[in-house]
Amino acid sequence: MAPLNYYLVLSAIIFAIGVAGVVIRRNFIVILLSIELMLNAVNLTFIAFARYLGSMEGQVIVFFVMTVAAAEAVVGLAIIISIFRHRRSLDPREMQLLKW
Amino acid sequence: MELATAIFYLVAAVTVGSAAMVAFSRNIIYSAFSLLGTFAGVAGIYVFLGADFVAAVQVLIYVGGILVLILFAVMLTHRITDVQITNRAAGRIPALVMVAVFIALLVQTIQETPWVKAKEIVYVPTTGAIGDLFLQSYLLPFELASLVLLAALIGAVVLARKEIKE
Repeated sequence: MAPLNYYLVLSAIIFAIGVAGVVIRRNFIVILLSIELMLNAVNLTFIAFARYLGSMEGQVIVFFVMTVAAAEAVVGLAIIISIFRHRRSLDPREMQLLKW
Repeated sequence: MELATAIFYLVAAVTVGSAAMVAFSRNIIYSAFSLLGTFAGVAGIYVFLGADFVAAVQVLIYVGGILVLILFAVMLTHRITDVQITNRAAGRIPALVMVAVFIALLVQTIQETPWVKAKEIVYVPTTGAIGDLFLQSYLLPFELASLVLLAALIGAVVLARKEIKE
């Protein structure tokens, strides 16, 4: 059985990749995918701690995170499709209608 | 023991590799499909950690639900997206440096903290205990989660429907 460090480092790497994707990419859908990556990394941390502390509560929290992730993906993709229909673009730099 | 560690490294490598593919691939179709590898890899790690029910739910919800949804969105908006994904090089280097510093800090913190040792390794089914927690101490969040899902469902329908011009 691998020690707790391994799981935490793996989770940190996935989270950092997600952060890099959000910062670097210029496409709404890829940004959303990277957010899903980060949520998965957090879930992994929760499960690892639940395992190593011998508690079930971490696993329960994961389900709430999954709920939020599903809601976020659904609403985010609806917004993306709506924006694409109006603007014909997925570039976040062009979304500055509220800027003055 | 040795075999388990080797399998862990394999699954971790697949997970990190496809995560990197998601974030850095130029083609958005490849990004979306690489997410499959990440989700499946994370489900494998859950199995390693003895969380059988969470692993099954991960496959059902993420691979079966969210991934299909994302693929639909990619197909619906595909015409323009594959042309203009090139980034300015100026914004990328500082971002990567910052992310490298971030990951170094995280890993150093993880390695230096004296974590507790694991309890004895027992692989027991977790479904019953999760159900008990949901219906006893986490009953209110559980019901609120269903409300959140309902709100997201209605919101998505309202946002994404086609407007009828009069």
